[in-house]
Amino acid sequence: MENTPYTEKVIEYFQNPKNVGEIEDPDGYAKEGSPACGDMVSLFIKVHDDTHEITDIKFKSYGCASNIATGSIITEMAKGKTIEEAKKITWQQAAEELGGLPDLKTHCSVLAVDALREAIRNYEERHGIGEEQKETTVEVVKERLKHVMNPMTGVDVIQTDLIHDIEVEDGKISIEVDLEEDHQFASAVKEDIKEKLEPRWDVKEVNVNFVGD
Amino acid sequence: MKDEIIYLDSAASSQMDKEVFEAMKPYMLDNFAVATSDFAYSMGVEAKEALNDARERIADKLGASADEFIFTSCATESSNLALKGVAEKLSEEGNHIIVSDIEDFPVLNTAKALEKKGFEVTYLDVDGEGFVDLDMLEESIGEDTILVSIQHGNQEIGTLQDIEKIAEICDENDVLYHTDATHTFGRVPIDVNEISVDLITVSAHTIHGPRGIGGLYIREGTPLKKQMDGGFQENNLRAGVENIPAAIGFAKALDLIDEEENERVRRLRDKLIEGIMNEVPDVMLNGPEEKRTPQNANITFHYVEGESITLHLDMRGIAVSTGSACFSKSLEASHVIMGIGGDHERAHGSVRFTFGRFNSEDQVEEVVEATSDIIRKLRDISPLGEEEEE
Repeated sequence: MENTPYTEKVIEYFQNPKNVGEIEDPDGYAKEGSPACGDMVSLFIKVHDDTHEITDIKFKSYGCASNIATGSIITEMAKGKTIEEAKKITWQQAAEELGGLPDLKTHCSVLAVDALREAIRNYEERHGIGEEQKETTVEVVKERLKHVMNPMTGVDVIQTDLIHDIEVEDGKISIEVDLEEDHQFASAVKEDIKEKLEPRWDVKEVNVNFVGD
Repeated sequence: MKDEIIYLDSAASSQMDKEVFEAMKPYMLDNFAVATSDFAYSMGVEAKEALNDARERIADKLGASADEFIFTSCATESSNLALKGVAEKLSEEGNHIIVSDIEDFPVLNTAKALEKKGFEVTYLDVDGEGFVDLDMLEESIGEDTILVSIQHGNQEIGTLQDIEKIAEICDENDVLYHTDATHTFGRVPIDVNEISVDLITVSAHTIHGPRGIGGLYIREGTPLKKQMDGGFQENNLRAGVENIPAAIGFAKALDLIDEEENERVRRLRDKLIEGIMNEVPDVMLNGPEEKRTPQNANITFHYVEGESITLHLDMRGIAVSTGSACFSKSLEASHVIMGIGGDHERAHGSVRFTFGRFNSEDQVEEVVEATSDIIRKLRDISPLGEEEEE
């Protein structure tokens, strides 16, 4: 045990993770990563309407020890903070709290921090507050799709050119994906895209079409 | 090694048997000579005799004569010598080599290195259980093909290739055949009088022998270019002072294995597979049920990640390995699981359990119980697989 590359604190959180679970009817929700890249985190928050304080926070992890430990520490750090404060929590701070993480594991642990920020963004989108007051445009959609993983590569769908076309009109978004309809990952990608866009305050409908051949 | 550790990673390297160590000791402390000619001092002559005695005992296991077997530093060196040695010697006759997709790195990366030097390499696909398609092999052999290298037993999922048929195909097409038997030597018999294989890579570290010693069977007359230049040791095919104690340890390790032990190892392995299949839902066996090495089990636990499983097992004193990307230094998922058509999730959740002489039934029971408990805990915190549960 003393020979693992992990600190005692990482091992402690790995064995007894804090704030594990789901929140029914959350105010903000995010899912980052995908099984293809070996790590996935989902994160749920409850936010006080007036003070914008995070009153409850829960996470689930499919991942290695550093992923589980970071999810654990980040939820502890965010609880009780306002969403503005929580947004500023960095991966470095989380790693520091854990007494350090192996360099190789940066990717797995950054995911938990991303999930927190995405859950907050999701809350803002639903409520049309903060930066998320801005109108949904093709550019905004593109930005959001950078958080949808291409399960075949573990890199996002924008970078891997999986998105063929994006149209936005009157709150209706149409997206063409360069995959065959019956591809093994098609439904997962579709679900992921909808999850990232549907919560936006000015979005009424998201249509995902597969145009691969 | 601590007594309480349950070691199930013998395919990586196995615990050396004390009897092996005792056999080696005199040649570490008392007789420290190199193997000399018959006309030199007596300690050197005795060392030479001991080395050749070890050689004969190992060659005998393959049905070969002693001068068809040389010692190397490990299986990696043996496979390098086999592939590069043949390729360089026969480059005038052809430049095409065939290997399987799921070879271990010594063969796979040597093939890639030869590719960079201008050789053409075909990487044969395998089916869902890891078997090479024999028709596809035959179709891949062309005018320029000089060598086929297809392993005997797979390092991760235990698939036992039909090397007799593969050798036959190679023979009929006048192509040399090398097989990497690192994970079968001692555990699954090979007789070179029945199988027309030309080169066989073997190692001691997987059968309770010492590390740092391997060997290569070279059928008489097989063209091979020496890779390690220097003196004239090992039939002038591998220069360097012989590792005599390790060679003696290798032979001793082989002497200690018999069919009864292999049967016992197989039973332990089967007990583990059965136990896990009964206790843990949503699992799958990777590799074939029947035609696999007796010591190997490889199981994917869906919805959980392998590094987390192995770390939890380690904290309970159980040593295993996984095909998960998170476990590897390169962060690449197992090429074997991907090679048999698995996706990343199947590779990430795969755990390899490999057995040896020192494992017991009690240990298997403990491992099944611990694994079942750990998987339940990890699934509790996993966001995957919930739809399936409901």
